Amino acid sequence: MSDKKDVLLDPLFNNNPIALQVLGICSALAVTTKLETSGVMCLAVIFVLLGSNFSVSLLRNKIPPNIRIIVQLTIIASLVIIADQVMKAYLFDVSKQLSVFVGLIITNCIIMGRAEAFAMQNAPGLSAIDAMGNATGYSIILMATAFIRELFGSGKLFGVEVLPLVTEGGWYNPNGLMVLSPGAFFIIGIFIWMLRAWKPEQVEEEG
Amino acid sequence: MLEHYMSLGVKAIFVENMALAYFLGMCSFLACSKKVETAIGLGMAVVFVLTVTVPVNNLLYFYFLRDGAMAWIHPSMGQYDLSFVGFLSYIGTIAAMVQIVEMTLDRFVPKLYSALGVFLPLIAVNCAILGASLFMVEREYNFGESVVFGFGSGIGWLLAIVALAAIRERLRYSNVPLGLRGLGMTFILTGLMAIGFMAFSGIQL
Repeated sequence: MSDKKDVLLDPLFNNNPIALQVLGICSALAVTTKLETSGVMCLAVIFVLLGSNFSVSLLRNKIPPNIRIIVQLTIIASLVIIADQVMKAYLFDVSKQLSVFVGLIITNCIIMGRAEAFAMQNAPGLSAIDAMGNATGYSIILMATAFIRELFGSGKLFGVEVLPLVTEGGWYNPNGLMVLSPGAFFIIGIFIWMLRAWKPEQVEEEG
Repeated sequence: MLEHYMSLGVKAIFVENMALAYFLGMCSFLACSKKVETAIGLGMAVVFVLTVTVPVNNLLYFYFLRDGAMAWIHPSMGQYDLSFVGFLSYIGTIAAMVQIVEMTLDRFVPKLYSALGVFLPLIAVNCAILGASLFMVEREYNFGESVVFGFGSGIGWLLAIVALAAIRERLRYSNVPLGLRGLGMTFILTGLMAIGFMAFSGIQL
């Protein structure tokens, strides 16, 4: 029982996919200018990761080891196509904004990494729990980054004005750096710093 | 005509740098930039794979996947639109190409092959490779443009990772705050480099 709990809760802070395993960073940086797009992205990643971990784990004894990467990629790509088609049908605007990053879920290292490191060795149920934990750990960082970037970059949360902008007669002067790419790097860098100050056992020895 | 290709190439290398402007290929960018030597090896592999896969995917898109693309086989085939299986076929091409590069290196440059080690198969899941193919489709480049774009973005990525690796080698002698060591510092460095590369964004070609 505690085993399952560990598998679910460990990836949240102790072994976070972004901050410690260095997985899935590309999308974490690129889609976080707005909360709405990053929320949709998180849902898509949760769906794909759950599906891929579960199905890879079901097939783990049938997949020949030397072609396993292609098999895994095929499973993942099929799931991403489903997510992409659903998004185009029901959330067309967001899907346009995410542009190539929906397709890039295929190469999101979290999904490959978890399939390879966990689902190939463990039973389907446990793999699904692991997927849920990792996807949640990923989403926490993503939503936190998006919150800061959208709030300070454009004075909004989920597209609703929170800090009235100077250009529209308010008082808040938006920080342009937050919307641009360097802002994302700084914010995630600082997140990692905070996390490691809190949990010193994650500090890397050599610089 | 030549000017058009030149400007596309420069744009792909500097203005729209894969790593620093679009955050593509970040995982290996951060993980394999501890030494300049490995960085150069990985960068070269990325340049090569990109130069090959983007044009191949371009042909695939224009002759098989696009709406009505298969009309050249038989007019009745013109009614099919296979663009929804795009992701699957691009990633298939990329995986196959990476396999070929791996075997070629193993046969002809064994030293580089053993140096790259585990990174080489990981190129298949490097977002920069798939990202370039998807950008190519979204911006509807023709064949010539896709060659230049693939090569240019590869060079841009190589440039960025080698620069970052060089900085990190020097950083070993400095006293970084404890929690920021390693990954955290690399993020901040990449952010500063991205600011540097933004200086190119105003360039009109």
